[in-house]
Amino acid sequence: MPSAEEIKRRIEDAIPGARADVEDLTGGGDHFRATVTAQAFTGRSRIEQHRLVYNVFGAEVGGPIHALSIKTQTT
Amino acid sequence: MSEQPTTLREAIEQAISENEVILFMKGTPEQPMCGFSARTSAALQALEAPFAAVDILPDPRIRQELSAVSNWPTIPQLFVRGELVGGADIVAEMYQSGELADVLGVEPPADAPDDAPAPAPPAAPPMGIENRLG
Repeated sequence: MPSAEEIKRRIEDAIPGARADVEDLTGGGDHFRATVTAQAFTGRSRIEQHRLVYNVFGAEVGGPIHALSIKTQTT
Repeated sequence: MSEQPTTLREAIEQAISENEVILFMKGTPEQPMCGFSARTSAALQALEAPFAAVDILPDPRIRQELSAVSNWPTIPQLFVRGELVGGADIVAEMYQSGELADVLGVEPPADAPDDAPAPAPPAAPPMGIENRLG
């Protein structure tokens, strides 16, 4: 069961220069909300920005991570 | 007249191409089975935008094939004119900013609420976070 801290670390490790704030919405380790700030998002559509974050977790999203709510920003 | 789709994936692709606005969700707009799907369909209803809705729950293969087609892992998924617009988070952001009304070609919400719209009655009972899973 991933922790908010682990989700944060994995996003920041995978996306260069990213800063992530991750909240465990239920305390149950399966519903998270991530606010991710990264220069890597510049010039990408919102869909592509969210895909970058989802891709960090692959099939875990929808599996062990039931819900990952994402907000992306560039600054 | 389109040809009859022969596979589930073709049926999904055809549904996306033949409906200007189509929402894949858990449950139905009248009875959403997940808070994220409820919020997304409520946003479309608040804008009075006509949309087709597909309940993905009856067959788990629908979700598998849909995610393979869209390269998007979660439900709901909103498509407009054949393009994936987003899931619950993006649709909520776009609703609030007025972009969703633009994309749909409808009037923006009269007074933009601070948050995503609550499902309009009788769409759904309020859902706690535990009910957000399908």
